[in-house]
Order: sequence, then structure tokens, then C-alpha cells
Amino acid sequence: MNRHLLSSADLTRDDVETILATAEQMHEVQKRDVKKIPTLRGRTIINLFFEDSTRTRSSFEIAGKWMSADTINITGKGSSTSKGESLRDTVRTIDAMAVDALVIRHHASGACHQVAQWVDASVINAGDGTHEHPTQALLDAYALRQRIGDLDGRHVAIVGDLTHSRVFRSNVITLGRLGAHVTVVAPPTLMPSGIADWSKTDGFATSWDLDEVLEGGGTHGPVDAVMMLRVQRERMSGGYFPTPREYTVTYGLTRDRMRRLTAMNPYVVVLHPGPMNRGLEIAADVADSPNSVVLDQVSAGVAVRMAVLYHLLSGEA
Amino acid sequence: MVAAVQPTRTEKLAREVLTSGDVSRALRRIAHEILERNKGADDLVLLGIPSRGVPLARRLVTVMAEVEGVQVPVGSLDVTMHRDDLRHQPVRRLYPTDIPPDGIDDKVVVLVDDVLFHGRTIRAALEALAELGRPRAVRLAVLVDRGHRELPIRADHVGKNLPTSSSERVRVHLAELDGEDSVTIEGGDR
Amino acid sequence: MPILIRGARLLGERTADLLVDGERIVQVGSITAGRDTTVVDAVGLVALPGLVDLHVHLREPGREDAETVGSGVQAAAAGGFTAVLAMANTTPVTDTAEAADHLYDLGRSYHHCDVQPVGAVTKGLAGAELAELGLMARSRAKVRVFSDDGYCVSDARLMRRALEYVKTFGGVISQHAQEPRLAGADACAHESELSGRLGLPGWPGIAEESIVARDVMLARHTGSRVHIAHVSTAGSVEVLRWAKAQGIDVTAEVTPHHLLLTHDLLESYDPVWKVNPPLRPEEDVRALREALADGTIDAVATDHAPHAPHDKDHAFVDASPGMVGLETALGVVGEVMVHSGLFDWAGVARVMSVNPARIARLDGHGQPLAAGSPANVTLVDPSATWMVHRDESHSLSRNNPWHGRELTGRVVATYQRGVCTARAGRALVPETAGGSW
Repeated sequence: MNRHLLSSADLTRDDVETILATAEQMHEVQKRDVKKIPTLRGRTIINLFFEDSTRTRSSFEIAGKWMSADTINITGKGSSTSKGESLRDTVRTIDAMAVDALVIRHHASGACHQVAQWVDASVINAGDGTHEHPTQALLDAYALRQRIGDLDGRHVAIVGDLTHSRVFRSNVITLGRLGAHVTVVAPPTLMPSGIADWSKTDGFATSWDLDEVLEGGGTHGPVDAVMMLRVQRERMSGGYFPTPREYTVTYGLTRDRMRRLTAMNPYVVVLHPGPMNRGLEIAADVADSPNSVVLDQVSAGVAVRMAVLYHLLSGEA
Repeated sequence: MVAAVQPTRTEKLAREVLTSGDVSRALRRIAHEILERNKGADDLVLLGIPSRGVPLARRLVTVMAEVEGVQVPVGSLDVTMHRDDLRHQPVRRLYPTDIPPDGIDDKVVVLVDDVLFHGRTIRAALEALAELGRPRAVRLAVLVDRGHRELPIRADHVGKNLPTSSSERVRVHLAELDGEDSVTIEGGDR
Repeated sequence: MPILIRGARLLGERTADLLVDGERIVQVGSITAGRDTTVVDAVGLVALPGLVDLHVHLREPGREDAETVGSGVQAAAAGGFTAVLAMANTTPVTDTAEAADHLYDLGRSYHHCDVQPVGAVTKGLAGAELAELGLMARSRAKVRVFSDDGYCVSDARLMRRALEYVKTFGGVISQHAQEPRLAGADACAHESELSGRLGLPGWPGIAEESIVARDVMLARHTGSRVHIAHVSTAGSVEVLRWAKAQGIDVTAEVTPHHLLLTHDLLESYDPVWKVNPPLRPEEDVRALREALADGTIDAVATDHAPHAPHDKDHAFVDASPGMVGLETALGVVGEVMVHSGLFDWAGVARVMSVNPARIARLDGHGQPLAAGSPANVTLVDPSATWMVHRDESHSLSRNNPWHGRELTGRVVATYQRGVCTARAGRALVPETAGGSW
């Protein structure tokens, strides 16, 4: 594993398996009374978030602190409208304080790749624009495996706003690494350009018909898990879909769809990276059903991030 | 402890210092000693240090069951995250830590490992234990003590004392992991 | 003192001597040097009429940290240009006669290159109301080319009015073709599988093509001429070809970078590759080269867009778009078009001097290398290969996509109305100009 985690593509299958195995051990720490291990004592980790995210940031912060690292949160300025300090200057100033790692969330795709060129610290991508979110994909895989075990040959459907989703991009890669089959489902307006070629190159299926896929009529047959992505209501003003109601009827995981799904497969797993729009892309009681692993995903998040920090920072520099 | 050393293909003048028979006799004796010291099996918990300490702990518990008719709780304690040399090596993989259901609070924990060498592994184990609870007492049982301690640590129960030079490699083979029981020493060239 | 440029191949064709006296070429042929004549040995060099750039950003007034008129004209002279058209998106915008004259006077205080101000089409580039086009045309600067470059004149009715209005003084609108509803302010990468993977907001070719199509039809309807800036797609080329076949008075320019660089470079997310319109795939690059060769595209214009480091050192999406290009344009065109056999140096003269001068109505430029013409001459070593280094530049900015690349074809000397303004890649201070080797 190299010293950055910028993209899910940076990890081989072996790397993914190792991180998930380590995460299992880290998960044990979560259950203890004294949630502290000395492994990263003396390491300094900066959570540099240019985009708001209470969930991911606190997850990384807890992960670092439980491993005895010094973690500091910095809110990055530098939206495209406030052209003050350049991104380069911002990160190099922090890097000059000899920190060990920068965990970065940024509104612009590719920001972490660029930062990695400019600093000596390890760079961990906590979400860059609409590009990737590698630790999310890892925790999704972890939560999924906890429920249904080995993912080789399993079929996962990812449904929602693919165009604007970094979770989709990272998950396609990581699930692929673990041998799972992926089908992505969205209306044409929410599929990224060039998806036809892209899906061929990366070996995932695409569909505009959620019911067909959930009923097992798509390329990869019956689904073992469904990952619902958040749809932003603001997308309506971009003309991506007419009304929330229409979106829910055509692409939402409604109570009715869930009933038909569990009738075919009572163990089907429902995932959602959060935050959820209950009633829009996912029915409220589906989100709370026994098939849903939404809270497990959050719990897994800390363990997985501890594992990532361990693998990037515990060994020799 | 041998785990830090990469196995080599060439067996440089490896000589066997414990045969399979020696190993099983030593384990029987250690099991008896633990019970004797503890005056029975009450509140005993055996925790093997991965990787080879784990099958050793299990074997001890089997012997104790034969002798006392009691199933002593047994588990594993991975010490990787508490090692003091993490920064000086590539990232190490973790092993499972498996604490029996009744925990370790107010218990007599016996740590079990294959080789006692510098003592740093045991220091890390004591630190790891401290985070899991508060045992009444902690004891140490090892198959081989090869000397060269760098910390004030000693074993309560020893299978065999093996004077070695630091450049030699002590290898413990156990049927569960290596197909046969044997302890060898190799190397020693300086 | 007269200057005798000896032995150059005029337009890469016949070899002849040029005698320059004062501001004019006075004789062409086989000439013996008189007394007091400075002789310039140009054997092996190609002589072109002084190059004219329809599209540069000099950043003054407003962003003198990125470029000034002074540094810009030096870069222009070093690149072989004798005239450049300076775009209006300065601070304040060049949308009045006063602003145009200010820029014109500023340009004239330097002697390296003629600076012809471009006037904004709309007030403040806001796209709402026409700027004082007529007053700018009547100013000292005699503005003839108008552009909201940076922004598209997207309102169809406004574009129609502008096209009609400039007919009165022979003006032309240079359109930055980018339908904002199809490619918004965030759009920064050619919309494709690559932009999808990289997560960069897509800039589909259709956003350019739909405006080009609309504007050629408007030009036909209003009986006026229109110019399309920085054409970047094969689709736009198809529209232009059709329009010209119909006799529509449309002209078009292409940048050096769109003739060579492709969008796969964006994988590194390095903002040096960020430009508007964006780099496109190989198919578009090929179509643009063919169009330049066959005349569908009339001119090469650099769209020289200098940016201070703190405007580029951002995430790709946030960085300012644009590349510098005055000093490398000739080298790129030489490499891409001449070296590859797509056309010859006469073709270079056509697209980098004659046509741009004609489009901009700059009578003093783009004239044939003949007796009586103004002595605007660019001498080129056609086979010189050179490595581009971004720090070796007169520009104040370093956002240079050609850094580290080898180009074939180099400007050896530039003459502006008989005065040598640059030699061997260095602009000359006026006092030392006019000398010999």
C-alpha cells in the first residue's frame, strides 16, 4: 500500500482484504470500556475539511483519537468564490508543521490528487467533489460482509444520482475488487456521460429500470444487496427529474418494492451512505427495517478508518 | 519470540533441541505447574499470544481438563498494536484477540507464548491486558526461554531453558501450524 | 538607416532580398547593399509578414500582477507578432471609447507591437445591454472587433442586434461560443467518459456547436459578418464548412493548444491544462487541423491568457482557465501544420498574418512582402528545434502548457515598421532596436 489513499483504485484486492481484516480487530476496540490503543501515539493527523461533513469528520477524528494520534480539525476556506489563499498555499502551510497525515474533504474532484503533489504528509481522500470516497466504499463493503459474508459472485445494485455521486465511483471499484457484480440504476439524466463505454471497461451493468433489476431480470440476476444513493431535491431545478414524487415512484426503494424484494430474498441487505432523504429515495420504514445496515455502516466507519490510518501510518515512514 | 524473524529456506546447521516427545512432556509439566501454583483451576484464564502461543495455550487447557476435569477458559491476545517497534518496520498485520466470555477482571491470567527472548512482546502483552480489564494476577508460561532479556521480565513456567547466542535463531514448530512438533536452533555465525 | 534582409525565402517559397527603408519595404529582389545599409543575413530563414494575433488577454488594467501591456507586447514581439488584439475583459471592462483609447495609448507607449483594443459587445460583459459600439468605433482606437470573450453573447436577440449594428462601421462580433445552459460556469472538461470518471463538470461540444449554428444563421439573416473565437470541435467545423459553402460571411480562429493537446492530459488534474473551451479528444484535434489547412478555419489566434500562480494553484474546478501562448504559437503551428506536411509556410502566413489582419481590418498588417508594403516582417528558422521553458518568457505568468516540450520552428527576428523589436526570442528595448546582428 503506498502512502496515500486517494482513490479506491489505489487498493488491490489484497489491500482491501487486509484493511477489512484489520477493521475487524479495530471493531473490538470499539466495544471496550477504555477505547484507546497506543499505536499511533505521536502521529499528528489533520482533518482538513473544505466541505461540511459532521459524520465523516467525526468518524475520522474518533478513529485517530482512539489510536492515540493527535487529531486536529481545520475548516478549509477556499470555495471558488473566495480566491484568497490558493489551495497549494493552504496545504503547504499545514504540511510545513511536519504533520503526518492530511485527511481531506473538498468540493472539487481531484483536489486530493493535486494536494498529494504538493505535500510530504500522507493524504487520505475523505471525499473529493463528485469523484471518490474510498473509505466510504471500504466501510460499505465491511458492513455488507458482516451480513452476507464473502462478496465473490454476489450482486449489488447501486441506485440513484450517479452523476453527482463519489460513493458510486468508489464502490464500483471496491466491490469489483472483491469479486462482486454491480448494476447501477438511474434515469438517463442522472447517469454520467460516457457510462456505456465506462461500464464495459470496468465491468458493471447499467439499467434505467429499477423493478427489472430488483426482480432479478437484469444482467446479473437476483440482487443480494441494494445501495440507495441520496438524491438532492435541488437536482430538480437542473431539470434532472420532474418532481420528487415521480422520482420516488420510478426509482425509490418504496415499501412496496421492499416487500417484493424480501419475498424473493429475505436476507437482502439495504445500504445507504447517508444522510437519507426518508420518503424520497428510501421509504422511512425500509430505512429502519431489519434488512437495513445503515447504522452498521456508521459503526463500521470508525473501525474502517482506524484500519486505514493504521495501514498508512503505523509502519516506518 | 520468533515471529519477527522471516523464515528462511536454507536450514543453516539447524539442530534439534527439543523433539516432539520433549515438547509434549514439557507441556504436561507446565500444565501441572500452573494448576499447582494456582492451587486448582479456579479463576484461571489462559491467553495465547499469536501465532504459536495460541495452539500451545489450547494444548495446556486440554491437559488441565484431563487432570482436573475442568475446562479452563482459553483465548488469544494480539499484542501488535502495543509493540514498541512499529515505526521501525513495515506495517504489521493484526491477529485476532479473543477474550473468553467471562473476561479477565479479577482472574488469574496466564499468558502463553512459544519463546521468551528480549521480553518486549510480554511488555506489550501486559499493556494490552491493562486495556481489557484488571486481572488479579498475571503469569507467564513459555515453551522456551532463550535468555537475552532487555527488560525486567521473567517467566513463571518454562518448558526448557536454552542458552543461545543472540545471532542464533530459535524455531518452534507445532503440529497445528507446521505439521510436526520440534524446536530447532540454527545459524550462530557471526 | 536602411536594412537589407538578405537571402530569405519569402513565405518559404522564392528566395529574395528585402530592402527596408524607414517604415516600408522599398525593394524586393536581388539587391546590392548600399553604403550605410545594415545587412541582415537571412539565408536559410523564412520571411513572413508580421504575425497578427486576433485574441490576447493583456490583463491591464486590473490584473497587472498577471500581465501588463508592457510585458505582453514584449512577449508578442518575441513570438513574431507585429499586432495583437487585446480582449475587453479587463477591470474596468473596455466598453467605452475612453477605455478603448486608454488602452490604445498605453499600447502606443511601447514600440514592440501594435495593440488594437477589442471592445465589449455588452456593457460590463453582463450580456444585457449593448455597449457603446459606435463611439468605440469612432475613438482614436478605431475599434472594429467586438467581443464579450470570457462570456458568450447568449441572448439571441441581443446577438442579432449587435450583428446588425456593427454593419454601420464595418465591425465584426467575435463570439465566444458557449451556450451557458449547456455548459455553465463550472464546466471545465470535455463531456465524455473521461470527465465522468474524473468527476469533473462536463463541457459538451454541443454547447459550442449550437451557438455557432445559431450565429451563422443570424449572420445570414442580418447580412452581416460574424467571427467565431477559439473553435474547438469537429461539429463546429462541420457547421462552418456548410456556412461558408452557403456564402455566409463567417470567419473563425483556432488556438495552437487546440491543434495539439488532448483531454486525456486532464487525468493528472493539473490546472495548467484547464482552458476554456476545454481540451478535446483526438478526433476534434484532427478535424481542426484539417479545417485550418483547407481554409474552413481562417486564422490561428493564441487566446494568450496569463494567470498569476495563486489563480492556478487551486483544485482543477476552482482554478482559472487559460494558457499563455504568444511566444510558442509559431513553434506549435510549425510543428503541427508545416512539419507534418498539412501546409507550408505560405499557409502559416495566411493563417497567422494575412487573414487575421483582414478580419480585424488592420490595413497596416498582413500585407504582401512587396515594395510599398509596411515593413512588418517576421524571420523564422524553419528547422530550429527548441525546448520550451516556462521561465524563459517575457510574460509575467508561467501557466505554460508547452513547458518541457520540443517545438520545430522558431522566430529569429521581428520587424515592426522597419524597427527590429525582437531577436532570438528576446524583445529589444527601443534604443537598441534597428541595429544589425
